[in-house]
Amino acid sequence: MTFVDIPVEIRSKVTISVDGESVDVLEGDTILDACTKAGKITPTVCYGPTVTPVNACRVCVVELEGSRTLVPSCSRPAEEGMVVKTDTDRVTDNRKMVLEFLATSSDVSQSDDIQGWLGDYKADLDRYDPETTERMTDEVKIEDDLYIRAYDRCVLCYKCVEACGEDAQWTFAIAMSGRGFNNRISTEFDVTLPDSACVYCGNCVAVCPTNALQFKTEFDLRKMGDWRPEDQTVTRTVCSYCGVGCNLDLHVQDNQIVKVDSPMDHSITSGNLCVKGRFGYQYVQNRPS
Amino acid sequence: MPEIAVTDAVATEAERNAVADSIMLQDPGQISFEAAGPALTFDGDRVARSGSERIFNRRHLLLPVLHDVRDAIGWLSEGGMNEIATALQVPPAEVYGVASFYELFTFEAPSAPDAVHVCDDTACRIKGANELKGELSAEGHNVHGSPCLGLCEQAPAVFVQRTGEAHVSVRSATKETVVAALGGAMTNPVAPVPQPTEDLTLLRRVHNAAAVDFDGYITTGGYGALAKAVSMTPAEVVSHVGDAGLTGRGGAAFPTGFKWSAVAAEPGPRHLVVNADESEPGTFKDRVIMEHDPYSLIEAMTIGGYAMGAEQGWIYIRGEYPEATRQLKSAIAEARSKGMLGDNVGGHNFRFDIELRLGAGAYICGEETALLNSIEGYRGEPRNKPPFPTTHGLFGQPTAINNVETMVNVNQIMMLGGEGYAAVGTEKSTGTKLFCLSGHVAHPGVYEVTYGATLREVIDLAGGPTGNLRSILMGGAAGSFIGTDMMDVPLTIEDSRASGFSLGSGVVMLLNDTVDFDDFVARIAQFFRDESCGQCVPCRVGTVRQGESLLRIREKGSPIETERKMLDDFAMVMKDSSICGLGHTASGAILSAIDLGLIGGHS
Ligand SMILES: Cc1cc2nc3c(=O)[nH]c(=O)nc-3n(C[C@H](O)[C@H](O)[C@H](O)COP(=O)(O)O)c2cc1C
Ligand code: SF4
Ligand code: FES
Repeated sequence: MTFVDIPVEIRSKVTISVDGESVDVLEGDTILDACTKAGKITPTVCYGPTVTPVNACRVCVVELEGSRTLVPSCSRPAEEGMVVKTDTDRVTDNRKMVLEFLATSSDVSQSDDIQGWLGDYKADLDRYDPETTERMTDEVKIEDDLYIRAYDRCVLCYKCVEACGEDAQWTFAIAMSGRGFNNRISTEFDVTLPDSACVYCGNCVAVCPTNALQFKTEFDLRKMGDWRPEDQTVTRTVCSYCGVGCNLDLHVQDNQIVKVDSPMDHSITSGNLCVKGRFGYQYVQNRPS
Repeated sequence: MPEIAVTDAVATEAERNAVADSIMLQDPGQISFEAAGPALTFDGDRVARSGSERIFNRRHLLLPVLHDVRDAIGWLSEGGMNEIATALQVPPAEVYGVASFYELFTFEAPSAPDAVHVCDDTACRIKGANELKGELSAEGHNVHGSPCLGLCEQAPAVFVQRTGEAHVSVRSATKETVVAALGGAMTNPVAPVPQPTEDLTLLRRVHNAAAVDFDGYITTGGYGALAKAVSMTPAEVVSHVGDAGLTGRGGAAFPTGFKWSAVAAEPGPRHLVVNADESEPGTFKDRVIMEHDPYSLIEAMTIGGYAMGAEQGWIYIRGEYPEATRQLKSAIAEARSKGMLGDNVGGHNFRFDIELRLGAGAYICGEETALLNSIEGYRGEPRNKPPFPTTHGLFGQPTAINNVETMVNVNQIMMLGGEGYAAVGTEKSTGTKLFCLSGHVAHPGVYEVTYGATLREVIDLAGGPTGNLRSILMGGAAGSFIGTDMMDVPLTIEDSRASGFSLGSGVVMLLNDTVDFDDFVARIAQFFRDESCGQCVPCRVGTVRQGESLLRIREKGSPIETERKMLDDFAMVMKDSSICGLGHTASGAILSAIDLGLIGGHS
């Protein structure tokens, strides 16, 4: 994402070098934007197009000339004359290690992206002795019929916190708690969601990269071994509850709505909805028998 | 901002009173800063996320109020935190998120009102800390193991966190003295500085008990440096600091003059923050200055405020330093009442005041940007840099952050002039340096030497090693072990660097051949694991994985070569891809211990 809403016409051009190729981006764009423009595929976990990057995962690191350490491309603004390298062993080795760390501490099996990168970067998970390698082993929190929280799948990317807080909802029902490896996304005093300040907009679910936050419908279907994305259709419609006009994408399997989201690049929603749009779809399915 | 929604738990009357008293006591009127601007600022060609987008005028009171409630009640209950959330208009999830970041806050009614924190870290560990911990636990006290308490010269150390009463540290602790402290016995610290006054510069007042009072400070030449400073323009003061070649004593050895001129060049309001979080295992020099010469820090800060045009000074002191906190508190109040802090300092026509803030048990809050977040009432998670604090610091405003020892050198620079100061020491390492000697050494304590003295000379000053010296831990947990072949290296920034180690915060911990290095190094790994803020993946997971690797070497007989390959990979990603210095340095000591054959030998 770009950091500031400066009209495109007054943003000046910034030219940087990416793997020897000169790339033009606009003032306020990031190194990641430049890499993408140069056709580089950059893994990202904590970055999302609709949330402020907290640059916590560090999987997007690149080499920047003049910097002692690697820099997170997702959150470093491009500056005129920067020389960036993405195709070096140093970058590859570091990304591989970050991916190994992610996959050995959380259950990332439901993230297709991370699964793909683990292969691309030749992550070697077998060298971690399962007996002595500590993982997040939290039990799944099922507290209502709308969404579940499976923190053994959480990679602590902060996206849900940002979506619940300053980046979208301004509810602040969840925050990072604890410290270090004991960090957990938590409601106040770890109370259940219904007891918390949560308003069930589900905007956290929409940005979660690992399915740690998940529609209860999807959770149940997966548990039954009946989650079949290949058999699902996605129907775009407009929410009928109020006059804002949010787009909804209805994911349908076996003629049942199993998940609802909104396009991240939609000018009104930026992927965000309210509880009615996201979870209030049952009436659609109340067909006369 | 919608109304703060809290859970049904209600505060007790005592909790409500504690919150109200605390907010009254903080007297927000006294703190002069303008509310923070937006977090995303666009400034020339740089975009900065600094602090929060939300403007909560009371948010920065969160940590002090948490402290006050914990100190009154003994722990933090759901109702108590709801009360804090409502009073400060901070969402309760964030109150909990912040509180649970710190070691000194607990969330269940404790078994006994007073918590006993026994240091079981490096220096105390080799002086019987674990045994003491066992004895105290056996007697049913509310015992917690603690990382280094900064009392390494008087190991083993204990911090007694009382409820409704003043906290106290117990030095050279025994079961009996800890029990006495629980009953109200206070510590009257004696300066652990074995050198005589005539050999000391920065520490010249520490043997003079009168210097902790305003009048005593004045009669020992106090405020002479400020008088010199105000006879110059602020810009001249900054250039003296630059000419002096003063480098930061907090660990990174960054030139202070650069920092100060950068801040002075930014538009105000500006801040001067003193980093008194001193939590690097083996470091205790700043504590000695604050306990025995608190006004020298206040004077130096006042000079800094004048020089940079910073009207607000802050001291962030670690929560486990009760005696130093008391000295500073009373010295700040006294200086204020004497007109040496406030709207018109000493009649010199400038404003400068100091806020004292207490940490709550988090090594990472010594990292400068984590420290800023901590003061602002957020979790002590380091910020990504750039932007640097000199442009976007406290509340998004230009901020100079300096270590306590760095600061007090400013007095010396004023007295000698920049060039006069630079003539002391070597060309690249100017002035005198404090070293913290602990472990197996005849006279542990703080030693002040002119830069250029060799390691052997420093150790000789302290009476030499006891027992058969095996290795020396330089720079603390973030530093490295070195062998006895380094004895003749001059302890300067340049010579230590050339020899492959860093002086860091001045730790010189001697370890003889009675030390169980496997255990000792495992404790260092544990330290980083416990103290990682957990924000970035390389450090959150890397600090855990390296501890596991050591465990496999030690307990599963895993070959050192296999583990070394893993440890090198962990070290690489922590060094290259972590956000802050904690991750960057978390592997250094461990790898050096393997290189020196201190661990993994299975002899
Ligand atoms: C994990 C970590 C802990 C630190 N702890 C301290 C500390 O306790 N005291 C300190 O002065 N500097 C500490 N530092 C260094 C500060 O970030 C900063 O460099 C220093 O306060 C700047 O002051 P100086 O230039 O006067 O040294 C720490 C750095 C890191 C990365
Ligand atoms: S390196 Fe460690 S301490 Fe520093 S920001 Fe990352 S997780 Fe936190
Ligand atoms: S995607 Fe850049 S740090 Fe996570």
